[in-house]
Amino acid sequence: MGVINFEDLFEAKLAKNDMIEPKDWMPENYRKHLIRQISQHAHSEIVGMLPEGNWITRAPSLRAKLVLLAKVQDEGGHGLYLYTAAESLGISRDEMLEALLTGKAKYSSIFNYPTLTWADVGAVGWLVDGAAIMNQVMLQRTSYGPYARAMVRICKEESFHQRQGYELMTHLAFGTPAQKEMAQDALNRWWYPTLMMFGPPDSESPNSENAIKWRIKRETNDQLRQRFVNQTMPQIEYLGLTVPDKNLKWNEAKKGYDFSEPDWVEFKNVIKGNGICNKERLLSRNKSHKEGEWVRAAAMAYAKKQNENYEAA
Amino acid sequence: MSKDSQGPLWEVFVQKKAGQPFVHCGNLHAFDKEMALQNARDLYTRRGEGMSLWVVPSTAIVASSPEDMGSFFEPSNDKIYRHPTFYQIPDGVGHM
Repeated sequence: MGVINFEDLFEAKLAKNDMIEPKDWMPENYRKHLIRQISQHAHSEIVGMLPEGNWITRAPSLRAKLVLLAKVQDEGGHGLYLYTAAESLGISRDEMLEALLTGKAKYSSIFNYPTLTWADVGAVGWLVDGAAIMNQVMLQRTSYGPYARAMVRICKEESFHQRQGYELMTHLAFGTPAQKEMAQDALNRWWYPTLMMFGPPDSESPNSENAIKWRIKRETNDQLRQRFVNQTMPQIEYLGLTVPDKNLKWNEAKKGYDFSEPDWVEFKNVIKGNGICNKERLLSRNKSHKEGEWVRAAAMAYAKKQNENYEAA
Repeated sequence: MSKDSQGPLWEVFVQKKAGQPFVHCGNLHAFDKEMALQNARDLYTRRGEGMSLWVVPSTAIVASSPEDMGSFFEPSNDKIYRHPTFYQIPDGVGHM
């Protein structure tokens, strides 16, 4: 056997659909791409706790409150799975938190929209988690082992999130006229921001090419967006609600819906930090991180003392 | 560890049912053993995924390295006589 070319080995693994593991050799750009993607994904889970957390104290029943608490707790767990997956690539938790808290890191644009009514809690679970699942189901087969394994656990848990959201929407859509109107209003406001979650159109997506080449992603932004619309339309029709898009119609030739693109200028603005809630989200994260500082300090001091006692004994 | 840290990393192993092996399920940050165990429960067993947990400091894990895989496992590759299929048993004997 001659000199081993690590890049060839890496490519051979990808070609065989083998997973890349933390200790395997990988191209520096693959590592960087994954660190960016996984840490952004983790931040999205953590910031994603805020819009729904907003309604925990105002949930209309004990059942609704328990469900919402469990869902928000799951999102926190998802963030933790993803942070450690990113850490396996050589970035520390502290570096990632710092990037989030200083506004350097990005997270999903969707969480910079406000949850104004109780129907928004339903719309977020149904549409936002629905869109996230579409992306995450694909990522279960992503080429990086720890990321794929985190996704398998996350997908198992997300299914409850989407179903509880849709259940909430059915209660409103089949309730009083005022409740139905509230459901329609939530759908109107969340429709386009949800479509944005899949990222810019393929023609303008700077990171897509590598992501596909390295099998980090297996489908493009536009493919996933199309599938989401196809899957969601019957659910909307069942509720008797309408999408805020006059151009949306079934296209028999492509066996899918034609629909309007979201406003990509708005998307870029929200990503840049000018969305409705960007400032509020960052302030909330910073506040809770700061308020937890004494807990971390106390826990560390306690652990240190335990270790000293152990060594002395 | 920086001064405002999340604590060291721990690896988590879950036993699904009594008698089954403990399987690695992920990792987490915690400051001490007790906290690691409680965090593991909250993070990895929210839906009855297991009935027993191990947490191990990640630094205590010694792992083989992928680059050495060939030479490391090579000694057993040519010992086909370690497998039951290596041996011929007459048809009349039945299942063994």
